[in-house]
Amino acid sequence: MTDATYKLPPQTPFLRKIQNSLFSSPLNTLLSIATAVFFIFIIVKFVDWAFLSSIWHAEDEPLCKEAGGACWSVIDARHRIIFFGLFPYEEHWRSTVACAVMITTIVASCIPWFWSAAKLSTLWLLGFCTFYLLMHGGLFGLSVITPERWGGLALTIFIFAAVSIIGMPLSIVLALGRRSKLPVIARLFGLFIDFFRSLPLLTILFTAAVITPFVLPGWLQGDKLYRVIVGFAIFFACYQAENIRAGLQAIPSGQDEAGLTLGLKYMQRVTRIQLPQAFRNSLPSIVNQFVITFKETSIVTIVGFFEILASGSAAFGTGKWTVYYIEVYVFIATIYFIFVFSLSRYGAYLERKLRVGHG
Amino acid sequence: MGSILGSQKSREILFQAVVLSIVAALLVTMVVNTRASLEAQSLTTGFGFLERSTGWDFSFSVLPYSISDSYSKTILIGFLNTLLLGFLGISLATLIGVAVGLIRTSKNGLFALLGTVYVETFRNVPLILQAIFWYSIISRLPRPKQALSLGDTVFLSGRGLYFPVFNIALWSVALMLLLFIVWLFFLPWLRERLNHSSSYHVVKRIGWLLLPIAMLVIGYLARIPDTPLLDMPVLKGLNFKGGMRMPPELSALVIAIALYGGAYIGEVFRAGLMSVPRGQIEAGFVNGLKPFHIFSRIRLPLAIRAVMPSLTNQYVQLMKATTIGIVIGFSDLFMIISTSINQSGQTLELLAILMLGFLLINLSIAFVMNSINRKIAIKGYEVKD
Repeated sequence: MTDATYKLPPQTPFLRKIQNSLFSSPLNTLLSIATAVFFIFIIVKFVDWAFLSSIWHAEDEPLCKEAGGACWSVIDARHRIIFFGLFPYEEHWRSTVACAVMITTIVASCIPWFWSAAKLSTLWLLGFCTFYLLMHGGLFGLSVITPERWGGLALTIFIFAAVSIIGMPLSIVLALGRRSKLPVIARLFGLFIDFFRSLPLLTILFTAAVITPFVLPGWLQGDKLYRVIVGFAIFFACYQAENIRAGLQAIPSGQDEAGLTLGLKYMQRVTRIQLPQAFRNSLPSIVNQFVITFKETSIVTIVGFFEILASGSAAFGTGKWTVYYIEVYVFIATIYFIFVFSLSRYGAYLERKLRVGHG
Repeated sequence: MGSILGSQKSREILFQAVVLSIVAALLVTMVVNTRASLEAQSLTTGFGFLERSTGWDFSFSVLPYSISDSYSKTILIGFLNTLLLGFLGISLATLIGVAVGLIRTSKNGLFALLGTVYVETFRNVPLILQAIFWYSIISRLPRPKQALSLGDTVFLSGRGLYFPVFNIALWSVALMLLLFIVWLFFLPWLRERLNHSSSYHVVKRIGWLLLPIAMLVIGYLARIPDTPLLDMPVLKGLNFKGGMRMPPELSALVIAIALYGGAYIGEVFRAGLMSVPRGQIEAGFVNGLKPFHIFSRIRLPLAIRAVMPSLTNQYVQLMKATTIGIVIGFSDLFMIISTSINQSGQTLELLAILMLGFLLINLSIAFVMNSINRKIAIKGYEVKD
């Protein structure tokens, strides 16, 4: 190709783009101005409430009435309850380090370098065991703290991590089972998945917490927290299995047939041909399922666990702090927002990247 | 033995039989265990308890009730409460969702950003947190004496939202609804019958004119005697008399579901509007249609068809999400069932009823939405998603 034929398409200048978007007609200009005024109004109001007229220190709580802004004193005074729940005060550093380890694990598994079954499972097992060891103690001179006393952000993260670790392998088994060539197996797995998907999560958690003791023999019951986590993980796996199944169905049948002609066994075809492509096909919806699951961990508060939402309610539950509920809820909402928003942005980034890859 | 295991076919059958018997064994163990633990607590199984009276109170009911009502009636009330909450929440969420979808697809970048900010704010915070937040705000509003009023007809106080209602019998409302539904089903039949001729359009116009008049007449005839037609909430002493009250639990849940669901449905509608092929819109321009007509006659109809499957999914999800109402004490089906379990101990039976209730709701939503989908499908035109 010579220089003469190679010519870039004309580009709209930046200012022209703005003009086309915001000021293309008198009506559009009016709309832009109205929106801008609305945005400025909201931002000014919020910044004034949250930063300019707000009180920051616990000791300054008496000033809150006149300040007219947010009273962050409640967070300053009660943030340990929100983050750690009933965890013993002098061991809070363990909970902090444990959360940091788990968050690092989550962030690391977003890096493509870790994307192989061996690396991911090593990473998560290592992260999860470190988390559990730090929280539970009993080794290296750490005092034992049983799960009944865990709470706050650490419990939220623990439930999320445990559900992911149990749910992810289970979802692969469920997805493969549902696509099995053997009719009885396919039907059974299909029935199982559809049954759990038709119920609200709360029903399943409630069954796991309250009703399973009737149904299971004593030695299988375990602690209430673990029953709820297993119930949650099954629910998660049923949804995730459908995402993986969609990815499996998108693979051209020639891929599997090529494996067959090369004489590969079923397990080899699954691990080398089917699953890698299935994960690539449905990566955005798989990430999205994790996003939803992180938000849904808040539901365990109803079956009586002291995760971040419940510990937040406890934070403003006593004495002079009862009037500052809005500050606490905004604070917790911000924590959720940071986790969920960054995960969902990551999912959107993957979606764009994969679409480019497919050309 | 060797020959049985030798063939691929018989190995597969054997494997399936083994799996099937393991599952059956598991189920049998669970039933036996349940029997044993129920007997240990000397509880009887079966649905006989449904006729016993409950003896406990709950927060909200769409029907008149008392604490001597039977379990079956109380559960029915819970079911109706769930339906009411779902209906109000999902209707509002759809309205918000359509608006947000339109705002986000606007050519005006700043205006579209408004929709994006809305979606990201409400989608990324758990629904249950939003419900508790709105409930805290509503239940801490001033007492009825200092209620916020809107033209002295609608009042918002810590006891909930008060608004005027018509003093007409309940049966007439049902009759009006029935009339409307019959009319909607009659129209397509008429169109087939009159074969799209001009007389069909005349009948259709007259029908749409007569329908509201007929409703007004029914409403007037069904007036409750010796009361004013409009029942206004009036402050008497410490509380409001008359009108209708929407309790704080229901108000907070409706607001939360509408805002949260609106964000999700907004995304569904945005995707639907974006999925309409450019060629369709350009064809409209070529034919000289105005932008509004391109939107109302081409873009919106095609978008609605494209969103039907994901919209059905969202509705089912939102309906299931109503169960979190228990956290602020709204007496929906889930709360009634869990209270019943605590009070009567008939765990498995009540759980079965709960699951049946949700199965019924989910299947009905799927059935209605699929019927609409089939009805509005354009033959020979498939929208790709």
